[in-house]
Amino acid sequence: MSQSSQTIVSISDLSKTYANGYQALKHVSLDIQRGEILALLGPNGAGKTTLISIICGIVNASSGTVTVGGHDIVSAYRITRGMIGLVPQELTLGAFDTVWNTLSFSRGLFGKKPNPAYIEALLKDLSLWDKKNSVLMALSGGMKRRVLIGKALSHEPTVLFLDEPTAGVDVELRKDMWALVRRLRESGVTIILTTHYIEEAEAIADRVGVINHGELLLVDDKLALMHKLGKRQMIIELETPLSAVPAELVAWGLELSEDGKELVYTYDPHKSNTGVNGLLQVINTAGLPVKDLRTTQTSLEEIFVSLVNKRS
Amino acid sequence: MNTYAIRVIYKQEMMRAWETLLQSFASPVLSTSLYFVVFGSAIGSRIQHVEGVSYGSFIVPGLMMLALLTQSIANASFGIFFPKFTGAIYEVMSAPISFLEIILGYVGAAATKSFIIGLIILITASFFVPLHIAHPVWMVAFLVLTCISFSLFGFIIGLWADDFEKLQLIPLLVITPLVFLGGSFYSVSMLPPAWQTVTLFNPVVYLISGFRWSFFEVSDVSVAVSLSVVLVFLAACLLTVWWMFKTGYRLRQ
Ligand SMILES: Nc1ncnc2c1ncn2[C@@H]1O[C@H](COP(=O)(O)OP(=O)(O)O)[C@@H](O)[C@H]1O
Ligand SMILES: [Mg+2]
Repeated sequence: MSQSSQTIVSISDLSKTYANGYQALKHVSLDIQRGEILALLGPNGAGKTTLISIICGIVNASSGTVTVGGHDIVSAYRITRGMIGLVPQELTLGAFDTVWNTLSFSRGLFGKKPNPAYIEALLKDLSLWDKKNSVLMALSGGMKRRVLIGKALSHEPTVLFLDEPTAGVDVELRKDMWALVRRLRESGVTIILTTHYIEEAEAIADRVGVINHGELLLVDDKLALMHKLGKRQMIIELETPLSAVPAELVAWGLELSEDGKELVYTYDPHKSNTGVNGLLQVINTAGLPVKDLRTTQTSLEEIFVSLVNKRS
Repeated sequence: MNTYAIRVIYKQEMMRAWETLLQSFASPVLSTSLYFVVFGSAIGSRIQHVEGVSYGSFIVPGLMMLALLTQSIANASFGIFFPKFTGAIYEVMSAPISFLEIILGYVGAAATKSFIIGLIILITASFFVPLHIAHPVWMVAFLVLTCISFSLFGFIIGLWADDFEKLQLIPLLVITPLVFLGGSFYSVSMLPPAWQTVTLFNPVVYLISGFRWSFFEVSDVSVAVSLSVVLVFLAACLLTVWWMFKTGYRLRQ
């Protein structure tokens, strides 16, 4: 990958072996583009949190380098960390602080002059304004999550890491979170989120990186990824159920649904000859009464499962 | 220099003491008063004078040291252990802040608290016994140095400890015995010669001796030696913390 001026975070050949000898990251290289939403998709234990933690300065890398805005995260940590906001996976908050104080603390910690007007706007945006004097301990899980987002945004970062922002969050809150992420992106913030929910990556990411067993299996444009790997299925709905695939259609590798009402043809939409035309002709000649026709695209989930299975 | 960060950490730590005012400041006053009742009045009335100083006055520097050491260690170790325990430490670690700034914030606050406690004890003591401080500047210097070095030491313990038990272990098993055997309540010269030699390996002896000299101009060892020992201890703690942050000891590994 060539590093363009559009690259905001550049990870190269990054590996991490924990003190107990466990290798959590294996030679990961990745360029993150300014202003994009990148989803890092992977099952539990894949190394997502480790990757983020290294970029943010919480964990030391074993080898490899990372730059943020062109600055090395080790030698120029003051610059890089100042650019980054992190919303951690766990609800790790002190207990006795108030919402207002904890956001002000975060802002100061990142070297920014106090700005009550900004904190106020932020709290309002996160629907936390009426909770500003509440003690953290007394907040619900959803509110704590928003406080953590507020803390991460308190110093006006240009890159935001969200580590499993919607794990254990109900559907409605998840939609709110997605809306928030989109609004942030519109304001120019680059967003990297980790998730093991495919629909999350599918819903909001521009690009998706698939990570498993510490390896980055692929990174691609979400649409291109589905385009590249997605198999398409044509489902032929029949007027009258069949008990078996008719002899003249056996060569097409069709599958018959359990109730006998649907024939399913799986094909690669990017081949020059998908076979759809030929199949339709044969069905026509065979005189099968077709009620309806539809096609479906493989979801990211299926892509992901097939990728993960292939490698392990 | 990220001065905003130092400020917010310092403020947060001081707020914590303020919110638990009773525990932070009242309990050392109470325990000191008890020591005076027990050691100063009950026992002291039979001892009369140690090296020309009335026993009640003689134990004041030792009592202050006892409180300073325990409070510095307790405050500083808890201050960094607690965010480690809740996980909130992630934020400090991901912030654009150097190890020196972290120390200035956390250790600075812990040392300030102990300093205040030291003064409170001094004032409390003045109600029980006549006090004359021969070298106030040196007294304050020893006070400040002790607060800083033992807060640093507590900070190291807080970084090292990975459970509450370990957090309590060192203060309980090492510090308390060292202080009690360090001449808080007696002059080292009162011990048999063999024990006097053993005592010289106890760093707290030098601390208390130097501190006591600043009050009464009597000491077990020379002031210069006292001062050097404190400074060496301070440097050792600083080096240790620097090494811990450099290697990411127990934090970034
Ligand atoms: N501090 C640590 N020491 C040892 N192993 C760790 C540590 N942190 C994480 N791991 C291991 O590294 C692997 C990756 O963890 P993590 O990055 O948290 O994965 P994810 O966020 O994708 O679920 C896991 O197998 C985990 O058990
Ligand atoms: Mg994780």
